[in-house]
Amino acid sequence: MRIINTSSIVYRQLKDKAFFIAICVLSSVMAIPLIAILFELIQKGYKQISFPFFTETAPSTLDAMMAKSAGELIPGGIVNGITGTLLIVSIAALIAIPTGILGGVYLAEKPKSIFSTIVRFLTELIQGTPSIIIGVIAYAWIVVPFGSYSAIAGSIALAIMMLPLIVRSTEETLKMLPRSLKEAGLALGSSYTNVVLKVLLPSAFNGLFTGILLAISRVTGETAPLMLTALGSTVINWDINNPTSSVSLLIWEFYNDPYLIDLIWSSSLFLLLLILALNLIAKYIVQRTSR
Amino acid sequence: MNHILELKDLSISYTPGKFAVNKVCATIEENSITAIMGPSGCGKSTLLRAINRMHELYPDIKISGEILLKGNNILQMNPMIVRRMAGMVFQHPNPFPTMSIANNVLAGYNLNGIKLSKGGKEEIVESCLSSVGLWNEVKDSLNKMGTFLSGGQQQRLCIARALALKPDVLLMDEPTSALDPIATNRIEELLLELKKQLTIIIVTHNMSQAARISDHSMFMYLGDLIEYGNTEQMFTNPKDKKTEEYLNGQFG
Repeated sequence: MRIINTSSIVYRQLKDKAFFIAICVLSSVMAIPLIAILFELIQKGYKQISFPFFTETAPSTLDAMMAKSAGELIPGGIVNGITGTLLIVSIAALIAIPTGILGGVYLAEKPKSIFSTIVRFLTELIQGTPSIIIGVIAYAWIVVPFGSYSAIAGSIALAIMMLPLIVRSTEETLKMLPRSLKEAGLALGSSYTNVVLKVLLPSAFNGLFTGILLAISRVTGETAPLMLTALGSTVINWDINNPTSSVSLLIWEFYNDPYLIDLIWSSSLFLLLLILALNLIAKYIVQRTSR
Repeated sequence: MNHILELKDLSISYTPGKFAVNKVCATIEENSITAIMGPSGCGKSTLLRAINRMHELYPDIKISGEILLKGNNILQMNPMIVRRMAGMVFQHPNPFPTMSIANNVLAGYNLNGIKLSKGGKEEIVESCLSSVGLWNEVKDSLNKMGTFLSGGQQQRLCIARALALKPDVLLMDEPTSALDPIATNRIEELLLELKKQLTIIIVTHNMSQAARISDHSMFMYLGDLIEYGNTEQMFTNPKDKKTEEYLNGQFG
């Protein structure tokens, strides 16, 4: 019989415990930044968030200066940014969703063609392209020829950033559908178009919707491409041909103005919560589907 | 007896020079059940799928020869018309997951863009579900999703979906292999009933199933049609030695 060395077993158990504790500690370290950011934003920003915050446009430096010297809260809100974000992101989604879904359908249907390989490679490249460069491109393509900064230029820049996410999530979701679903549709004498539009895409809806939400939340906070395209605006603008503000642009403007700098906390809190909410909805849908 | 389907020198290959189905010739009678048997990889599903041109989804597959359905060569017809004349039921039940039970039955019409009146829809749903024996089980839940049903019910729903377009031929690719014995039994009874209306070709792994329900049997081996004839005669007195060995369970 082999002699079991009890001291080595005790040592191994201790090592196991130490390892487990290390895992727990390090994973909580990962959570600290997000919690710290939220805590800081809530602490510094909650005072500014009230009803006018969602109904009034950003204050002028003068208004802010007067309020500050009187010891009051800075008046005004960020409604021009909220509406601008809504306008720019909606139009970006209108451009990117149909294009991205059809591109994803192509990649899923012809996975091995040379064209697919090229498209897949290009989407990866776009995904890795710094957003400021996409902003520069949109500036050169749209702002310069049309002679004006505009919401549509911002939308196009954001649409380019959304495309790879939507294309790939569509492709992955469609690939997971059983092949027999497509065959069943075709076996009924349906045209290929109708099988894609009425059978495959509806069956993949949850996956597509999640991909779209994640793409939207990804671009909602983008600032750099919008600086070169939408520029910003002090008023609520619904015209796609005019310069438009966004929440992220407002944060940048507030940061650059010593009298408005206090507003960055509340604006950042709002933007962060908006994006967190989009992510949580996407996560909820994924969980519901996988069940 | 009328011959509804005729295969002439039908060859199918997945890779050039290697034939999964090799020069098969056969005629199939109207209102009969023909079983295609054989060991795995013998080409029986490949043969069946050629009849409603499923192979076109996969460009590597090459077909030569002729398949005459009611005298017309289907390889030269519009595939959408061929598929409406020859319905297909698959190995695993595959109702459309986003459609209700009623809409699954009507899927053939909806996908083909055929408009129906409300009364017309109700009539088709009721008659098709009745003919697969599902009407009494689901008449109160027609708006529930098709995937809500049990496996056997789903497969009968898929048969109803194929029947809704009133095909001349029903092609079935091992339709009961994913089902339990009770559900299998129900489908077999259903097929005996359905052959009054149409012609059924069924691929099966289950020899006793072929013996129970089919009028004619084909035995395929390595792409060749070894023997084709009356089921009773084939099971009692096979002509070919390979068939006899297969039916005795010596391989397969």
